[in-house]
Amino acid sequence: MTQYVFYFLSFLAILSALMVVFSKNPIHSVLYLVLTFFAIAGHYVLLNAQFLAVVHIVVYAGAIMVLFLYVLMLLNLNVDAEPVKKNWVKFAGVLSGGLLMLTLVATFHKAETMPLIQDNPEIGVTANLGKILFNEFALPFEISSVLLLSAMIGAIMLSKKDTKK
Amino acid sequence: MENYYLFKIILVIALFVVSLVVAMYSTFAERKISALMQDRLGPNRAGPFGLLQPLADGIKMFMKEEIIPNVSNKTLFILGPCLAMTTALMAGVLIPWGGKIELWGETFNLQVADLNIGVLYIFGVTSLGVYGIMIGGWASNNKYSLMGAIRASAQMISYEIAMGLAIIALIMTTGTMSLGEIAAQQDAGWANIVYQPLGFLIFLICAFAELNRAPFDMPESESELIGGYHTEYSSMKLGLFLFAEYINMFISSAVIVTFYFGGYNFPFQNEINEALGLSTNMATALGTLVMFGKIFFFIFFFMWIRWTLPRFRYDQLMRLGWKSLIPLAILNILITGVVMWMNGKLN
Repeated sequence: MTQYVFYFLSFLAILSALMVVFSKNPIHSVLYLVLTFFAIAGHYVLLNAQFLAVVHIVVYAGAIMVLFLYVLMLLNLNVDAEPVKKNWVKFAGVLSGGLLMLTLVATFHKAETMPLIQDNPEIGVTANLGKILFNEFALPFEISSVLLLSAMIGAIMLSKKDTKK
Repeated sequence: MENYYLFKIILVIALFVVSLVVAMYSTFAERKISALMQDRLGPNRAGPFGLLQPLADGIKMFMKEEIIPNVSNKTLFILGPCLAMTTALMAGVLIPWGGKIELWGETFNLQVADLNIGVLYIFGVTSLGVYGIMIGGWASNNKYSLMGAIRASAQMISYEIAMGLAIIALIMTTGTMSLGEIAAQQDAGWANIVYQPLGFLIFLICAFAELNRAPFDMPESESELIGGYHTEYSSMKLGLFLFAEYINMFISSAVIVTFYFGGYNFPFQNEINEALGLSTNMATALGTLVMFGKIFFFIFFFMWIRWTLPRFRYDQLMRLGWKSLIPLAILNILITGVVMWMNGKLN
């Protein structure tokens, strides 16, 4: 049962991720990206990480993608207005993307797969996750929060630069 | 195990029907209450006291001509109201509608699913609710609809933050994210409103904004945007958008009642049940009735506010959300933490 769910979710994730790239309309791309996020959240649930799954949905599908849609709707891009890239840019993109794919395939081809062993199957439960985050990983947690704070302040500074002093 | 699944399926279907019926009669109640507040009679032609009015409205909605604008994106145009309705119905499964019930010699909880991340799930569904409005508004290919959709998304994101912060303080006091446990904790002690008065106020205001109800109904303000995101919709697609709003109102009232007003619990319930000599099932039924009473009060409250207060201006809405509610919610978390620390509840 779990295996079938896994294959279904993987299929959905890869298909919708491909559709993100192949859609002509940027709004469709964003909607397919939301679908991809849902498939990945499903994978998190399969890995017993319910908290991560829901936070993934709330933050990415619920907030960030809504902002993406917001910006795209404000710009109101359509197929005619979209700037066409030069040929050498397209070629460079294909080449670098292909190289990255080659590297990834080669890496995972050689990699040994290990069965997933969870020391503690209850690790995904919010209370346990919080305890681990604030005890064992307190320093990385605090540093990442400072990083996010500085990014936030930076964004506010950038948006305020035009106002007169 | 079969009994378990059978019970859950029956519960889901019952929940679906109840949500639809409550939403249907909410439209009627809205018109009656607006009439009461404006010293009119309201609908009174269909059936006794106009009680069949929602049915007449429903038939009218289904019979009207279906118009899909030529230039609009057809798939997304149809997807919009579908998504609005789906997300509206999704949150109801987590709400504990009553205590334990004995059936076929087994004991069940009157709740479809009790996730250990229930509060976050509710929050996630709320944040997805805006997609129906945004997709519908954009696919209409109409400037008014687009403006409504953009307003809706900005409003939702702004108020989600304050709502999340208000919920954090609640989780701090309850120590759990499961809705079933939050309701059960308010069994004998005080309801959470006593511990979280400020949090409740913030949550309530944010609920108004998330529901796009007046005084925060900027996304569909008739006087500026004709109808906002549903300007181009007709027939039952328009009906689905309106219906989704009433279902959302019902569900969020239920969430408020569960979070802050004890859910299916009521004062002196054990004494009353004992004095009346009620069996488990009857006591649960009484609790569910009390819960629906509280829910109906909040639905009435939503309508009361709508017909009393005028609409905010958009900049006022943003100022309230970002400059008042978020700092207040953070203050609420701080106060909750300090009080818990002084009472030795933090370990």
